[in-house]
Amino acid sequence: MTAIAMTKQVKAVTTSTRRGYILGILYVLVGLAILVLFARGTGADLQTTFGMNPGRRTQAIRIPDAVVPSRNTLYLLSALSFVMGIWQLSRSQRPATWMLGPVSLFFVLAFLTWAARGGSLNMVGMLESTLLRATPIALAALSGVMCERSGVVNIAIEGMMLTAACTATIVGSLTHNLWFALFSALIAGGLLGGLLAIFAIRFKVDQIISGTAINILSTGATSFISARFLAVYQDLNSPGKFTGVPIPILSKIPVVGPIFFENNVILYMLLVLLIVMHIMLFYTRWGLRTRAVGEHPRAADTLGINVFKIRYVNVILGGMVAGLSGAWLILGSVGRFDELMTAGKGCIGRAAMIFGKWTPLGAFSSSLLFGFADSLQAKLQILKVPIPSEFLLMAPYLVTMVVLAGVVGRAAAPAADGQPYEKQ
Amino acid sequence: MTQQGVDAQSGSKKDKAKGKDSRRQGRLQALLVPILAIVTALIIGGVIVAVSDLEVMQLFYHIEKQIVTTVKDPATQISLADAKEKHPDEVVPGDIIVIRDARYTVVEEVADPETEMSLDEARKMFPELRIGLVIVQGFFDDPKVPLSAAWEAVKLAYAALFEGSIGNPKKISTALSVYFDSGDASLLPSAFLPFSESLVLATPYILTGLAVALGFQCGLFNIGAEGQFFIGGLTSVFVGYSLQGLPAFIHLPLSLLAGVLGGGLWGAIPGYLKAKTGAHEVINTIMTNYIAFRLSEWLLNGPMQREGYRPVSPEIQPSAYLPQLFPSPIRFHAGFFLALAVAVFVYWLLFKTTIGFEIRTVGANPHAARYAGINITKNYVLAMALSGGLAGLAGANDILGLIHYMPNAFYSGYGFDAIALALLGKSHPAGVVLAAILFGTLRNGATRMQSVAQIPIDIISILQALIIIFMAAPEIIRWLYRFRAEREETETVFTRGWGA
Repeated sequence: MTAIAMTKQVKAVTTSTRRGYILGILYVLVGLAILVLFARGTGADLQTTFGMNPGRRTQAIRIPDAVVPSRNTLYLLSALSFVMGIWQLSRSQRPATWMLGPVSLFFVLAFLTWAARGGSLNMVGMLESTLLRATPIALAALSGVMCERSGVVNIAIEGMMLTAACTATIVGSLTHNLWFALFSALIAGGLLGGLLAIFAIRFKVDQIISGTAINILSTGATSFISARFLAVYQDLNSPGKFTGVPIPILSKIPVVGPIFFENNVILYMLLVLLIVMHIMLFYTRWGLRTRAVGEHPRAADTLGINVFKIRYVNVILGGMVAGLSGAWLILGSVGRFDELMTAGKGCIGRAAMIFGKWTPLGAFSSSLLFGFADSLQAKLQILKVPIPSEFLLMAPYLVTMVVLAGVVGRAAAPAADGQPYEKQ
Repeated sequence: MTQQGVDAQSGSKKDKAKGKDSRRQGRLQALLVPILAIVTALIIGGVIVAVSDLEVMQLFYHIEKQIVTTVKDPATQISLADAKEKHPDEVVPGDIIVIRDARYTVVEEVADPETEMSLDEARKMFPELRIGLVIVQGFFDDPKVPLSAAWEAVKLAYAALFEGSIGNPKKISTALSVYFDSGDASLLPSAFLPFSESLVLATPYILTGLAVALGFQCGLFNIGAEGQFFIGGLTSVFVGYSLQGLPAFIHLPLSLLAGVLGGGLWGAIPGYLKAKTGAHEVINTIMTNYIAFRLSEWLLNGPMQREGYRPVSPEIQPSAYLPQLFPSPIRFHAGFFLALAVAVFVYWLLFKTTIGFEIRTVGANPHAARYAGINITKNYVLAMALSGGLAGLAGANDILGLIHYMPNAFYSGYGFDAIALALLGKSHPAGVVLAAILFGTLRNGATRMQSVAQIPIDIISILQALIIIFMAAPEIIRWLYRFRAEREETETVFTRGWGA
């Protein structure tokens, strides 16, 4: 017994040591890459300007743009990565995963400094578009967190988003009322959530299968409606969209104000939902019960928690969050429905959820990563960086794979995720 | 040995007889549920077709009938006596008055004098009902009219679906009788064109369906068939155009093999990551999908671009073509038989070899498999590589058999439909082949349905989803048609959530 325990411990130590080394080498390599790829070809007299004011009318107080010498900045960032790598290597028993954050930030900053050498890049504008592009992904990820924490795999987020978007478009066009449209999107998402819940809980259908079925159904139904009605009666496809509502005082803060506090209602909803979900999940009775049901439904049942009720409620709420994501696509961003307009955002949202280890804040941060890569690619095409845009578009997916493999490792899914519960 | 077999053997003699009986019934029900699932889906599809037809829907509350002396078409005409019986003997709001081909709707207050007429004026002109007036009836006055209109709409749609996918029965029988009477085969191609086209569409479905099914057998959910399809297409097209002067019997197998290897390698990456690091294959296959799309975009815009063309690859050499079996316009090629052979091979591999046994054991219970000394890593990688190889072969099949170059918009949706196929076929090769032929038929017929009956092709996705739902929750079908499960059905393992 003890022997087995000891070998297990030894094994755990060796794997963590190895991971520590790998991380350390990775950081050093990042430092080298900055040096070789970026700093080497940059002239000493070049300067990079980072715009700190949004390129539109804003309430924020203007601040001067940040102007830095390109090559020296690159040297500094490279040196910082080196230091972190050496430090990690010297304390390799304990891999410090948190350092991955700063090091990737250094790399991205170095990349931007290099890309905009001798020119300027509007930093605030880019962060703003990062948040906008991340919003539907983040909402999809939160929907996933909601369902999966209670033990129901929600692969149907994409379908819920599409259906909600289509519903919002039609209701918005018919009633000319954005709030009705938003509300109908929530209802549509919730209904599909209920459908998923009935399949998963009542019929005990494999959840991935029922999710796939809902996805195909939604894709088919919305494309059908779009081709048969929306394309013919254009009036049905003009729901309008929410305009930005600056929040007094907060929107005056430079940099932060224009990014977070000059947006439309749905984005504020996301920010509120994020905080509420975090608190609910980890500091309330409902959250404790949800997590118990997701980890060990039998134990929860023994303690008198109604497993089925918790799951129904969570999946329907999750569906509504996915509906909000669909509503964002229409009422917050595009303003009209197109076939297959989610374009895999639900899928990416699910990836963000796993990346964020099934926590609301983690899911949001990883959504920002995807959003950032997306907006970066759009910006770099303007800056004429000599890298094919296809590779830049690939980058977030590659990074996800690398990070999932190396850092998250055995992803800590809720233990009962995807398993139907049978009362005894 | 199947589960039923084990059950039957382990029991006493009496149980044995009972087991045999229930086995037969079990088999019957195993067929009954899919058939009823398809029928129910088609019925619901018919309802959708009727409901989404606004002209038909209007008839449910607004039937216009002209009063005539002799009724020729009871759906639009009515005799004066009948009209007086069913309608007040005077003009009421809603009726329509036709004066020299101009139509006026009778209303209380006139908003648009071009199309409307006030009630007083109408009553002055027509003190009582008479020939030439158009009266408007509701659903209950003559339910036959809206119902038969709905029926006609559904019939038109489904007839088009049938003709587009199987063929026009009359055309086929004339073509056959002409052929047998006089040996003149000139009518045959056009008669059998729809059906052959269905089989052409079914071919990639068979292969991608097998790919997903093989993953399911190992407990892996391969959403990446689409990306593997892309990569298989890319590698096979590369071998197809870059090697020159080879005889067909070397070049063709080489190109096919390239597709298998490309897809296989692409699939093996998520398999390896899953086995070694626990990174979930669903996420990684989604990622590899996007990477594959971008990669092919870059290749077709750069290294593999045909000179002077938009992003498409060069044409492959004719020596790499999958042989066409019939003269044009029939596109049916040897790929269909290749796919059938592959299905047999997958069946043999899964159910008759140690490799397949290990794969299925890992799929059924990875912990037990590890305890029994089965190498989980090897099996995950192998299953994903085989799965990817099958999807890659599907890509190669489309390139070498149909298109003969790699277009930029190779996006097909096969990889996603394949999930539905594998589910419908219960992850069994035979089931997958049947389901693939069904899907190919539906897809092919839908094109004609769109052009003839203006039903968007997406109705097929709705049908597919309904079929999956009914297959996955047979309780719904049993409840609808009031029959009970004879015994506990053996459960097919598909996936095991995120964990394990």
